[in-house]
Amino acid sequence: MREFLPIGEWAEKTVNFILENDHGVLAGLGDIVGYSTELIEQLLHLIPDWLLASTIVALGFWRLGWKFAVVAAAALTIIIGTGFWPATMVTLALIISATLISLCVGIPLGIAAALNRRINYLLRPVLDFMQTMPAFVYLIPAAMLFGLGRVPAVLATVIFAMPPVVRLTALGIRHVNKEQVEAGITFGCTPLQVLLKIQIPGALPSIMAGVNQTIMMALSMVIIASMVGGGGLGNNVLASIQRLDIGLGFESGLAVVLLAIILDRLTESFGLRKEERIARRKTGQSQDS
Amino acid sequence: MQEKIVVKDLYKVFGPKPDLAMQLLRSGKDKDYIVRETGMVIGVQNANFQINTGEIFVIMGLSGSGKSTLIRLINRLIEPTAGQVLVDGQDVASMPPQQLIKLRRRDMAMVFQSFALLPHLTVLANAAFGLEVAGVPRKEREARAMKVLEQVGLSAFANRYPRELSGGMQQRAGLARALVVNPSLMLMDEAFSALDPLKRTEMQGLLLDLQREHQRTIIFVSHDLDEACRIGNRIAIMEGGRIVQIGTPDEIIRNPADEYVRAFFNGVDVNKYLSAKDIADADAVPVFSAAQDFGDGFHAAIERLRSVKRNYGFVVDSERKFVGAVSIDSMIRSLESGAKELSHALMGDLPPVRCDLNLRELIGRIVRMPYPLPVVEAQGHYVGAVTQTILLKKMAKEEMTHA
Repeated sequence: MREFLPIGEWAEKTVNFILENDHGVLAGLGDIVGYSTELIEQLLHLIPDWLLASTIVALGFWRLGWKFAVVAAAALTIIIGTGFWPATMVTLALIISATLISLCVGIPLGIAAALNRRINYLLRPVLDFMQTMPAFVYLIPAAMLFGLGRVPAVLATVIFAMPPVVRLTALGIRHVNKEQVEAGITFGCTPLQVLLKIQIPGALPSIMAGVNQTIMMALSMVIIASMVGGGGLGNNVLASIQRLDIGLGFESGLAVVLLAIILDRLTESFGLRKEERIARRKTGQSQDS
Repeated sequence: MQEKIVVKDLYKVFGPKPDLAMQLLRSGKDKDYIVRETGMVIGVQNANFQINTGEIFVIMGLSGSGKSTLIRLINRLIEPTAGQVLVDGQDVASMPPQQLIKLRRRDMAMVFQSFALLPHLTVLANAAFGLEVAGVPRKEREARAMKVLEQVGLSAFANRYPRELSGGMQQRAGLARALVVNPSLMLMDEAFSALDPLKRTEMQGLLLDLQREHQRTIIFVSHDLDEACRIGNRIAIMEGGRIVQIGTPDEIIRNPADEYVRAFFNGVDVNKYLSAKDIADADAVPVFSAAQDFGDGFHAAIERLRSVKRNYGFVVDSERKFVGAVSIDSMIRSLESGAKELSHALMGDLPPVRCDLNLRELIGRIVRMPYPLPVVEAQGHYVGAVTQTILLKKMAKEEMTHA
């Protein structure tokens, strides 16, 4: 069949056009992202592994009880014992950096989509595109625009990881009890007051679920992003594939899984209301979503 | 009486092209036609009424009759399509947003069916919400909120969260939140409908108590006739977005405007809403004036009772206030003992009943009393008499008209 829609060509031309005409904007953006990610990484490396690990265990005990604290302690011992702690910290820095950017952009976008129907209609297909486009595909333009290293890794991750927090923020705000919003208006709230005093607090559990999902998406993408030089655990995974090194593959993969479990449970616990957390602590169960 | 709220030609159309719907309405098409042809729904159609200062005005109707829409048009939670809502002479419908926010902060409050308390705030913070929004400093607003929480009996729960409270207590908090801003106008949308009957009655009592202390204008949406009759000074009945009748509970029960209103009262024991005033008959018992009819002793009075074949008569003073009852026997006895003053002939054991006494209590009184019962107004003015015969006749008649 004859190809009459050269969309790929257009995409390439667009990227090239941006490259030729960005007047240093991309470089500036890249620098900001690069430096801040490096700063987070340096900070994480600065803290001794035992101190950070026990802090995480203590946090787990406070939020979720002793059962989770035991699990976290075991997981962190495995990571340190297999020698993957430094790589894990690099990965964590990438995740934190990408998540922060995703939230700074995603939460306001979600709020805008919830309050404005037109923005919502425009945003939905964009979010679908961002989420369903195979993750690897983002790496090519990211690497072309920003070179190899942390920056394209973080930015590709942002694109892949942002949709959940946008969607869940919008959903949460739209589902705040209608009479509560009316009560706000009735007592003389300005639209901004309604947003800050009623809609955002009301949507908080949903927003936190979005944050949790974004972090998990970021984790999976950060591993893939090692292909463009993101570094961290992804490098080990990549190396194990190239060398068919089963031991390295299993160990680095395990570190990823353990990091995922800790991040997921901890961030999820911040989205729960107090009594739900207590109830869950009592039964010792964790909800898998 | 002063008018607090005047609603003029108020319309609400739900749909994409309200102007078109308004045109169709003005050209005489009805709402069914408009829904069929355009898909647009007429929420409120041509509402016109006044509400007096200090009045409890109940809006009643079945679900979907537009009563919740109407109450939301008054504080503009819903934008009116056409018409005016004058609150103290200011048109809420055309007010600029800043002024509207000011008015809502100062003078209006609302109580919701689902309570609509904010789950992340304590009861105290919820009660103080209206003041917080208006920028009142924390100390002051919490002190004021605490005072109102005491009024509604919730001060012990000030630091709890709404979800820790029962439904009745949550609605007390909702009521407190409305009262804290000290509004002259309160809107209550099915405020007690989510509560069980016992709690509902209790809350109605609380509302009436509060209303006695501080006369506010209250608009109360309800689908419960008992509630409407108990708390309402006047009731507006809505059907399909239109107000079909406005009047006092008495007026509406006795003269329902149409079949819809009548059907509303079907299955309702109307006798429950009859009071002594509705039954009292002014001509049932001869009435004597204390000043004029006993000038020459009791002979004239006895003669008059004999001529109308009655044994009893009531005595009123020059202002028509009830003084007492006399009988032929009591007057003859006074004559025989030589006393000429009226006080000797009065029978002491006949306390008058107030005209707002309800039917059930009235029956209780009358079966124990062989004489006609005098009925008086709050200030003691004589209204009429109730006898067992009058009572039975009246009840039989009500049964007929409402059967």
